[in-house]
Amino acid sequence: MLLDWSPLWLSLRYAGMATLLAMLGALPLAWLLNHRRFPGCELLDAVANLPLLAPPAVLVYYLVAGLGRWPLHFSWPAAVGVSAIYTLPLLLRMMRAALAAVDHSVENAARGLGAGEWRTFRLIALPLAWRALGGAVLAGFARAFVDFGATAVVAGSGGLAWFLPIAAVGLASLYIGNRLRRGQVLA
Amino acid sequence: MIQVRLATHQGEVEFQAASGITALFGAADAGKTFILDAIAGFLTPPGGRIILDDEILFDGASGVNLPPRRRHCGYVARHWALFPHMSVHHNLLFPLAELPRLERHRRVKEMLERFSLHEAATRLPHAVSPAERLRATVARALIGEPKLLLVDEPAGGLDLALRAEWYKILRLVRDETSLPVLMTTRDPDTCFELASNMLLLDGGRILQSGPPRKVLDQPANVEAARLLGIRNLFPAEIVALDPGRNTSRLRLENFELTGPYFPGRLRGDRVWLCVEPGQLHATPRDGTKPSMNLVAARLERASDMPRAVRLEFEGGIVAEIARREFEPHRDNADNKEWLVEFPPHALRVLGCPSKPSTNT
Repeated sequence: MLLDWSPLWLSLRYAGMATLLAMLGALPLAWLLNHRRFPGCELLDAVANLPLLAPPAVLVYYLVAGLGRWPLHFSWPAAVGVSAIYTLPLLLRMMRAALAAVDHSVENAARGLGAGEWRTFRLIALPLAWRALGGAVLAGFARAFVDFGATAVVAGSGGLAWFLPIAAVGLASLYIGNRLRRGQVLA
Repeated sequence: MIQVRLATHQGEVEFQAASGITALFGAADAGKTFILDAIAGFLTPPGGRIILDDEILFDGASGVNLPPRRRHCGYVARHWALFPHMSVHHNLLFPLAELPRLERHRRVKEMLERFSLHEAATRLPHAVSPAERLRATVARALIGEPKLLLVDEPAGGLDLALRAEWYKILRLVRDETSLPVLMTTRDPDTCFELASNMLLLDGGRILQSGPPRKVLDQPANVEAARLLGIRNLFPAEIVALDPGRNTSRLRLENFELTGPYFPGRLRGDRVWLCVEPGQLHATPRDGTKPSMNLVAARLERASDMPRAVRLEFEGGIVAEIARREFEPHRDNADNKEWLVEFPPHALRVLGCPSKPSTNT
């Protein structure tokens, strides 16, 4: 039997793009929330973490409702965007922990030696935290890759239906349905 | 010259420091690191003003608060804080990013020579000796030509050899530059060894300031004396003063002592009596009756020190005598009555900010 690898490649591509997008939002946000106190920072933190608590279908529903004037097209950018929003809180939490683990006295030493925030981040925090940040990215990618709910709601029709998780669930339903129809007991 | 007036969470601190080393001395929670961090710009104090060479670094009233990179302060952190992923050479290059390439390399070369770091230059900080790490930290703090050097708790946790190396490095800085250096410490020896001035900090306020010798010899009050680790502090009342004979009489809880005349004190004053343990004389009681300034006390504990023996008597009296004086009595010293002599010239009285209530 010939295996169809296209759902795997599609999922890898979309999960990669979603992770990249989430990382671009999570990394500066993690740095900002770790190093700056400003009015509303707790609220920003809470809002960024909200998708962690909401079920994926609910999240998409509110996104669709919230973007009423600019309808959420059921297309690949929408799938990537929703997946990125869904992945961001996990990345944010792990990246905050990774950056907080960098010795503050080393960061302060850089600031005292004339470095601004960007240089401190680029030359000190990033190289010292890269292992933990890499772990966060990997976990975010895994989450985006296996995500079923949000992707199914946004991309559950047309050509985008062949995401691996959706395809896997579709195949599993087909298999279970067939066995039930034949009167076989599910072990 | 640095001028500091800082509101802390516990009080207010005001001082200024010119070239030379100024030690901020105090216990662990005295607010020493808070002051250094506020000067460096790593935290924002509740209020106050910091001026370095006529430039306002921080002013709570007008909202001026320069970022650390614009304060021109070298900072030597408690755990050195060398960048662990950069070689010593690159650590030294870090503060010079805005200089032309030739100037950067000239300065690094000069620092490597001055602090004998040539061999360590290409290695990562964890791969160099602790002494080289110390030198690299100070070299990095100085290479950007700061206007002020801040040093946090230098000798804490250093072994004796490393401490000697550390003193050598700071003496070099003190003698070869005209830089004001603010250094936190919990060690009176470090103040003596390096500082030309010391500030005694407690609970976010300055108890006393001045040259280390003066502060240690003449603590301003009992709180300062306790902070300096001075033993033998007893609440007392002045019962007689005779300026003609240069004598006084002090009543303590269980005995009376004759001391010198204490200018500025009045009869009836409640004071704290302070005597250095090394200035007391102690001998086992051999039938001699206690007489003037000779107090009978039971020995509770004798502990060996590097060059003396510390004797702790009932009533909180502590004496330190030479080991050769103690050796003949070592075997039957415990729980024996001894006679402790308080030489009049060794007695000092300290101000009494609060009602004396406990012996130390």
